[in-house]
Amino acid sequence: MKNSVNREIPDDLMKKYDYEGFKTTEIGNPEIQRVAPKVHVSTGDNKVVDSIKDVVKETVKDGMTISFHHHFRNGDFVFNEVMREVIDLGIKDLTLAPSSLTGVMNDMVIEAIKAGTITNITSSGMRGSLGDFVSHGGLKKPVIFRSHGNRARAIEHGDIKIDVAFLGVPNADKLGNANGMEGDAVFGSLGYALMDAQYADKVVLLTDNIKSYPNTPASIKQTQVDYVVKVDKVGDPDKIGSGATRFTKDPKELKIASTVNDVIVNSPYFKDGFSFQTGSGGAALAVTRYLRQAMIDNKIKASFALGGITKPTTDLLKEGLIDRIMDVQDFDKGAAESMHTNPKQQEIDASWYADPDNKGAMVDQLDVVILSALEIDTKFNVNVMSGSDGVIRGAIGGHQDAATGKLTIISAPLVRGRIATIVPDVTTVVTPGDSVDVLVTEYGIAINPKRQDLVKALSSLPGVPVYHIEDLQKMAEAKVGKPKPLEFTDRTVALIEYRDGSLIDAIREVKD
Amino acid sequence: MDIKSTAIAGTLESSDIQITISKGSNGVEIELDSDVKKQFGDQIEKVITETLNQFGLTDAKIKAVDKGALDCVVKARTLAAAQRATDTVDQPAWEVL
Amino acid sequence: MAETEERLRRTMMFVPGNNPAMVKDAGIYGADSIMFDLEDAVSMTEKDAARVLVYESLKTQDYGDAELVVRVNGQDTEYYHNDVIAMVKAGIDVIRLPKVESADMIKTLVKDVEAAEKQVGREVGSTHVMAAIESAKGVLNVAEIAAASNRMIGVALSAEDYTTDMKTHRYPDGAELEFSRNMVLHAARAAGIAAFDTVFTNMDDTDGFYRETRYIHQLGFDGKSLVNPRQIAMVNDVYQPTEKEIENAKNVINAIEEAKVKGSGVISMNGQMVDRPVVLRAQRVMMLAKASNLLDEEGNYIEK
Repeated sequence: MKNSVNREIPDDLMKKYDYEGFKTTEIGNPEIQRVAPKVHVSTGDNKVVDSIKDVVKETVKDGMTISFHHHFRNGDFVFNEVMREVIDLGIKDLTLAPSSLTGVMNDMVIEAIKAGTITNITSSGMRGSLGDFVSHGGLKKPVIFRSHGNRARAIEHGDIKIDVAFLGVPNADKLGNANGMEGDAVFGSLGYALMDAQYADKVVLLTDNIKSYPNTPASIKQTQVDYVVKVDKVGDPDKIGSGATRFTKDPKELKIASTVNDVIVNSPYFKDGFSFQTGSGGAALAVTRYLRQAMIDNKIKASFALGGITKPTTDLLKEGLIDRIMDVQDFDKGAAESMHTNPKQQEIDASWYADPDNKGAMVDQLDVVILSALEIDTKFNVNVMSGSDGVIRGAIGGHQDAATGKLTIISAPLVRGRIATIVPDVTTVVTPGDSVDVLVTEYGIAINPKRQDLVKALSSLPGVPVYHIEDLQKMAEAKVGKPKPLEFTDRTVALIEYRDGSLIDAIREVKD
Repeated sequence: MDIKSTAIAGTLESSDIQITISKGSNGVEIELDSDVKKQFGDQIEKVITETLNQFGLTDAKIKAVDKGALDCVVKARTLAAAQRATDTVDQPAWEVL
Repeated sequence: MAETEERLRRTMMFVPGNNPAMVKDAGIYGADSIMFDLEDAVSMTEKDAARVLVYESLKTQDYGDAELVVRVNGQDTEYYHNDVIAMVKAGIDVIRLPKVESADMIKTLVKDVEAAEKQVGREVGSTHVMAAIESAKGVLNVAEIAAASNRMIGVALSAEDYTTDMKTHRYPDGAELEFSRNMVLHAARAAGIAAFDTVFTNMDDTDGFYRETRYIHQLGFDGKSLVNPRQIAMVNDVYQPTEKEIENAKNVINAIEEAKVKGSGVISMNGQMVDRPVVLRAQRVMMLAKASNLLDEEGNYIEK
C-alpha cells in the first residue's frame, strides 16, 4: 500500500509484522496499556561478578532480545566485550535492540549476523560498514529503525521486550546504584539507558569503578539491577565526545547558522520563556552562539533547552540565559560535567524526552527546534537515514520527535559536493513534511506553505530571501545536474517507523 | 594533437577532481573513482570524453579521482591535464574553453 | 571613468583561483565584488589550471549581482597575456592588474584587453580595468594611473608589498599607510573612480578589523579588499548609514521630487537651496541604506 506520504510499503511485511501505514503526525488521546518487567527477587547480596562470560551464559538464551545503550558512542568497550562472549557461546537467533549502533560496534554486529547470533535488529540508526552490509542484503529480516521517543514507546508497549540489558556505566555500587557522571569514562546523562534499566527483565551493569554502597546520585537504581560486572575499562574517554563541539569557521556553515538565527529571532516564538533544541554539529553550535547574542540584545531568556546537550548550551545555563536544561544525552565532556555540578540541568529518560504515548513529553512543550537533513524534498519530507546512493548511513535519533516543535527549522546546505540536499523526492522519508516548518540554506529560506503565519512573519527579513522550495530544488539541480536514478531490488532491508509505531517508509536492497 | 607525456591536473580536495592523462590507443578509456559514481559516473565520463574530443584527442588513458566536482570543474581539470600532456600550456586552445 | 552610475563597492572578496570549492561558492556571501585571484594565491605550477578553472566557473556558475573581477598575473610574467585573453573571453567585468606603477602599464593593459575583445568577439570597451598600487612608485604616480583610461573603475592599495617596498611592515595603527591611503583616495576621487583599501588578514582580531574599517570609511574609501567571507558583514555594518542620515537623505530626495513636480530647477529644503554635493550624498546614503536592508518596500526606515 501507499501511506500518506506516498511511500510504497510492502503489504506482506505490513501483515507479517502487524503494521499500519503512516497517516498523520497527530497522536491524539488514545488509552495505552504499558507492560512491566519480570523481577527475579533477591536481597542483592550477590550481584557483583567478574566474568562477562558467566553472566551471559546465565542470562542469554537462543531467541532472546538483548539491548545496549550508545552513550559511550565511539569510545564504547562494553558492546564488543559482551557480544564476543555471546557469539563464542554459540547463542543463536537473538534480536539486538540497542538505543543506537555506533561505528565501533560495526564489525562485531556483522560477525554476529554472519554467525547466526543476531537475526533481528532494531536501532535508531547505523552507519559505515554495517549500513553498507545491511543495505546489500546482509541481514535476512528487515532492520526496524525507531526514533529515541519511539523506542521508549515501543518498550513501554512491549513491542520491544528486552530480555537482558547490558548497560555500561562509569560507576556503580555493589547493588547497582549508578550514574553517568563520575569515573574515567563519564558521559553525563544516562537518558536512553534508563528505559532499559526500567523495562528489561534482566539488567546487567558493567563498570570499571565499583563505589562504596550506597552510591548516589543514582540514576539507575539497585531495585532494577540483577548483576554488576567488574571490567577493566568500560570505554575510551577520548572517543566518547562526539567531536563536533568546536565552533565552526566554515563561512558557509556560519552563513546558514546566522540565517537560522534570523528566522528564530523574527518568529513569533522568540519571546521570554521560549524553549529550544539545537543538537550537535558545527552549525548547531554556531546557532547557539548567535542565539546567545540575540537573547542578550533583546533581553530574552529561555525557560529550557532540550535534547542532546553541548557545552555552549550549558554555558547559557550558567549565564542565566536558560533557566533549565532537560538533558537526555551529553555530546561533550563539558556538558557532562555541567550536569554533575548544576542542579538546573535535569537528567531525563527517553520517555520523558520524547515518547508520544505519554502524559506529556518534553518535546510537546518545545517551541524552536533546529534539525539537520541528508535530504529534504519539495514536500518538506526529510531523510536522515539513507545516503543519496541509497545506502543506510544515518540515524533517526530524536529527529521525528523534536520535529513536533512549534517552529521546526531544517538547516542544510543546498548541495554537498555534487549531491543535492534539496530533491524532488527524498530517498527515504524519516520525518514527514507536515512537521517541518522552515528550511534554511546558504542561499535563502523556504517556508512550508502550510505555515502562512510564518510566511507572513518571515517574508521581508532583511538579507534573507524567501524561495518556494521547488525553486531551491531547481537551483540545486542546476548546479549539480540530474543524478541517475538509484536502482534497488524488491527486497526490503529496513523499515522506518514513525514515532507512533506506524510505517513511514521502507528501505530496499541496493543493486550494484 | 598528440600526448607527449603523462600529465596530472587537479587535486584531491573536496569539490575537485584529479585527472591523470596518458597515452592510449583505444579511444578515451576512463578509470573513474568517485563517491558519486552511481549517480554521476556516466555524466563525469561524458564530460571528460567530450572535452578531450573537442581538444582533438581521441585516444587517451584517463585516471580520474573525483571528490564531488561539478561539471565545470571536471571540464577545467580535463583541459588543464590535456594542455600539459600535449605540451600546449602556453598556447591555450581558445576555441575549446 | 567607466560608469556614470555609481555602484556600491564596499566589499571586494578575494577567492583563490585554483580552489574549486571556494570558486563555486563565491556567490553566496553577498560581496559587492568578487575577485578571483590568478596571481599570488596560485602557485607557479598551477597558473594554467587556475586560469581554466576560473574561466569554466565564470561561464557556468551564477554569481548573482556581484561585480566579477579577476586579478591577472603581472605584465612581466609569462602568464599575463593568456590570463587577459581567457578572462576577456569569459566575460569578466573587471580585470585587476597587480603592481601598477605607471599610466603606461594601464594603457598597455587596455590595448591588450581591446585586442582580446576583438579576438574573442566581445564588444569593444565592455571590459573594465582597475589598478593595484603596491609600491612607492605606484603611489607617487597614482593620479595619472587612475586617469589613464576611461575603462578604469578603481584603484586599490595593496599594503603587503607596499610596506615591504617602504622598508617597514604593517602596524596596528596604520600610520605607515597614511600617505598612500590618502594618495590613492585622492587620485580615485579626482578621476571619478572607486578607491579600495587593502586587506586585513588577521581573522582573530575582530576589533582591529573594525577599527581599520571605520578609519578608511571615515577617510572616504568606497570599500575594502577582503580575504574571508566572514569580513563582509563587518564591513557592511560599518558602511551602514544611521537612521538620522537616512531621514535626512530622504528629505533631500523628496525635495528633488518636489522640484521636479514644480518644474523648478532649484531644489530647496526648509527654505534653503540644496547643493549638488548634498544631493549626491543623499543618493549614496539611500543606496547604502537599501543595500544594508534598512528600508522597507516604500523606502521607509525599518526599526531595528
